[in-house]
Amino acid sequence: MPARRIIPCLDVKDGRVVKGIQFRNHRDVGDIVESAMRYREEGADELVFYDISASAEGRSLDPEWVRRIARVIDIPFAVAGGVRTRDQAAACLDSGADKVSINSPALERPALIEELARDFGSQCVVLGVDSFEADGDYWVKQYTGSPDATRDTGRRTLDWAKEATERGAGEIVLNCMRRDGVRTGYDLAHTRAVVETASVPVIASGGAGALEHFRDAFVDAGASGALAATVFHDRLIAIPDLKEYLGTCGIEMRR
Amino acid sequence: MDLVIVDVGCGNIGSVGIAFERFGLSPVISGDPETIAAADKVILPGVGAAGYAMEEIVKRGLAGTLRGLTQPVLGICLGMQMLFEHSEEEGTDCLGIIPGRVRKLSPAPGMPVPHMGWSSLQVRDDRIGLRTGDYVYFAHSFAVDAGPATVASADYGREIPAAVRARNFLGAQFHPERSGEAGARFLESFLNA
Repeated sequence: MPARRIIPCLDVKDGRVVKGIQFRNHRDVGDIVESAMRYREEGADELVFYDISASAEGRSLDPEWVRRIARVIDIPFAVAGGVRTRDQAAACLDSGADKVSINSPALERPALIEELARDFGSQCVVLGVDSFEADGDYWVKQYTGSPDATRDTGRRTLDWAKEATERGAGEIVLNCMRRDGVRTGYDLAHTRAVVETASVPVIASGGAGALEHFRDAFVDAGASGALAATVFHDRLIAIPDLKEYLGTCGIEMRR
Repeated sequence: MDLVIVDVGCGNIGSVGIAFERFGLSPVISGDPETIAAADKVILPGVGAAGYAMEEIVKRGLAGTLRGLTQPVLGICLGMQMLFEHSEEEGTDCLGIIPGRVRKLSPAPGMPVPHMGWSSLQVRDDRIGLRTGDYVYFAHSFAVDAGPATVASADYGREIPAAVRARNFLGAQFHPERSGEAGARFLESFLNA
């Protein structure tokens, strides 16, 4: 495995970085380019930018802010938000994004995954999964960017992870919704189950609140990367300290 | 300097161009054989699938032009793979400039495919701006076989050539434009070559 990745996630709304608790009550936390630069300087290995309202509003993310980010940073970044056609994905990649993450549109029309993988390669196609625990299992939710639009898909998370990777998704960002923003740790058992189901890298998401949570995501759950927002935006955890700590735990980190 | 990025109709042309703009250059993106042949230096980018990219190269009448280039040429990621003879990806015949084949990576426990993320390098050639221990960013499911052209490599179950060099052709399996300071050193060494 390459060095495990520390991935700040920046939720974007109207070209600004925002953050909510369990996908609600968004507050403005900063300018998109300033945030990108700050995390790059601190040693983030990758960034993810989600236009959180695009999908629910039936539009694709704006390549204009993708270009603004691409111009200033020299680390990889993925973008997400309402990409539902090949041409919309091409616009993101041509604007300088390294990967396009798709979520609700892939649930609407799973063949989209194959179309993107065929033209751009699996390494450009990330599957975002919003997984919700209920009735002793984990289920995929759709349109989570807006509380009113959020709906159940009736798909089991593990089935969807398997199907999507067979169709050509090259990475899975597994967001465990009950953990989002609450800082009690990643859902390790569920993340481990997805890691064992999919042959592609899995990024743990939802719940990071302490240094140990990142160690657990890598050591116990086997995640390739750990994504977090609140702890980085609110400066509760500094990335250099986090990497130092994980290094002392014997986890390979890029320095 | 007259730097031309070959337009293969898809892929990371955006971020590759921006990386060179950081050096104060204004690369031209072109699919025109004469413009490419006349450039001081040529970049062959490429994210995507080998079959699609090779089809575009042939459709644009660029295969012969690219094989005949004598100025410094840099192939990045898929652009590097295209320099070799053949790719397992969709059974694609590539440019055949460097001997060797491109094969699919096999996933194993703890080694998912694509190989995605920052891996450290073993460097065998001090003229490419990289040092052993540098971390650079990879995102690929196919890799060339190690061979005499390999000048830097990463370990991912097998030896993964990270940079290759043959005559005036240089290739990077990793993404120098997304590899921070190490990537910038690599690009700078190409520009100074």
